[in-house]
Amino acid sequence: MLTQRAKQVDRKPMTFLESIYLWNIVKGMGITISHLFKKKATIQYPEQKRTFSKVFRGLHVLNRDAEGRENCTACGLCAVACPAEAITMEAAERLPGEEHLYREEKYAVKYEINMLRCIFCGLCEEACPKDAIYLSQTFAPANYGRKGFIYKKEELLIPHPLKDKEAYEKALGNKAVKN
Amino acid sequence: MILLSISLWFILEKAILIACIIGLSFFIAMYTTYAERKVAGWLQDRHGPNRAGPFGILQPLADGGKLFFKEEIIPLASNKVLFLLGPGLAMITSLVTSTVIPWGAPIVTDKGSIPLQVADVDMGILIVFSVVSVGVYGIMIGGWASNNKFSLIAAIRGASQMVSYELPMGLALIAVLFMTGSLKMSVIVDNQIHGGWGGFLSWHVWSQPLGFIIFFVCALAECNRTPFDLPEAENELNFGYHQEYSSMKLGFYLFAEYINMFVSSAVIATLFLGGYDIPFVNEASWKLEPWLMSLISFSMLMAKISFLLFVFIWIRWTIPRFRYDQLMNLGWKKLIPLALLNMIITAAVMLWLKK
Ligand code: SF4
Ligand code: SF4
Repeated sequence: MLTQRAKQVDRKPMTFLESIYLWNIVKGMGITISHLFKKKATIQYPEQKRTFSKVFRGLHVLNRDAEGRENCTACGLCAVACPAEAITMEAAERLPGEEHLYREEKYAVKYEINMLRCIFCGLCEEACPKDAIYLSQTFAPANYGRKGFIYKKEELLIPHPLKDKEAYEKALGNKAVKN
Repeated sequence: MILLSISLWFILEKAILIACIIGLSFFIAMYTTYAERKVAGWLQDRHGPNRAGPFGILQPLADGGKLFFKEEIIPLASNKVLFLLGPGLAMITSLVTSTVIPWGAPIVTDKGSIPLQVADVDMGILIVFSVVSVGVYGIMIGGWASNNKFSLIAAIRGASQMVSYELPMGLALIAVLFMTGSLKMSVIVDNQIHGGWGGFLSWHVWSQPLGFIIFFVCALAECNRTPFDLPEAENELNFGYHQEYSSMKLGFYLFAEYINMFVSSAVIATLFLGGYDIPFVNEASWKLEPWLMSLISFSMLMAKISFLLFVFIWIRWTIPRFRYDQLMNLGWKKLIPLALLNMIITAAVMLWLKK
């Protein structure tokens, strides 16, 4: 009785006119024909795209700072935070002369996210103390094999902000630069 | 001997006509599948197929091509000959019915007139009926030869449905024949051309509204269209009689269904909507070139057929399938009494008018 819309079921036997269904069918056809002129609900996908909300969580991006150095320091907090255990990494120490590549003294030589395990919860993004990982607006990864869904560091890293400015900004999407 | 006086020209003329009609049937059937999907989309607030070619008009070709390249599977336990005969029979019968339909005004030349009709036989409409009733063998043979329970049930359903709905169809037709006094299709059309508003008022749909509705409903049932598509009920019988079919044999069945729709629309248009008559104008007074006249009248018939096809599709995407007992009740207990009543009233009125 929440909506007060309960209706008594009418169990009277059908009259002859009702039992040839004609009138009801004509009524139904009236309803369907009115839909012919309604606005279509379809979004023509590859050409048109639905606009996402600001907090949409798509594929991951490993961030660089303004000089193009990788932010990640391989602390492993993201991997610990991940409920799906999708992140694997290997740390290494930064050698002298590599300061222009990595921002911190320790960096990730190997950083992999298994996109088939990932549930796109965004906890890795929240856990990261270095602003090194965030979830972008790109989505719908496609591949021919399962192996292809384990994204390596090369696929995750954002393009270099100085060398390839356009691609960098595109990958950044509408996320404000946080560093 | 009259029988031997058939000239070569006559044969050539008919051969060309037959080729045109078969080509036309295939073309229309192809694009009815496209229209079906488009209209279905629109009625459900979608766009329908729109990727193959502009507005998706190449979609039927893509579908046909896909069916051609599918693997051909003939079940081991099936009866091979009958299995192959089924789709062929369905196709042939649906094409044969189009022979007696007058497709346009005859082209009158000084040497004689060329009717746009393959055969203007004296019992034209009866030929349609007899061929349609052979058409049920396409379903029965296909369903039986597949050696599959679902197919068999579908075949039985199809047969009993066709038999039940042929009766009211025939009875509704008799009332029309009372009015025309002839079984010849050309006479039936002729009967509707002369009348008020350029023939519009003498269309049989006005004098026989009940007969028209009964005939239309039965035509739906004969074509196995929703709401009477019980023989192929996807969700209960898994596509019914063509479940075991694949590749172009399945294509034949599906195609035959659309050709059936096309031909029955043509029959309905001829019997009730004035055939190739152009409403609101007296076309005889135009004095146009004969071939142009025929072309215009032919387009008029096509317009009527397209409208009827649209209604077929519209109904399909509006209502769900009948339950089997509802189908039988509707056929035997509702449509047959109504058709009989219609027949008796027509007969009484005709007699009264004659006096
Ligand atoms: S989004 Fe969630 S599941 Fe995916 S890698 Fe980050 S923490 Fe793991
Ligand atoms: S991405 Fe962030 S949390 Fe994960 S290892 Fe690198 S710095 Fe640590």
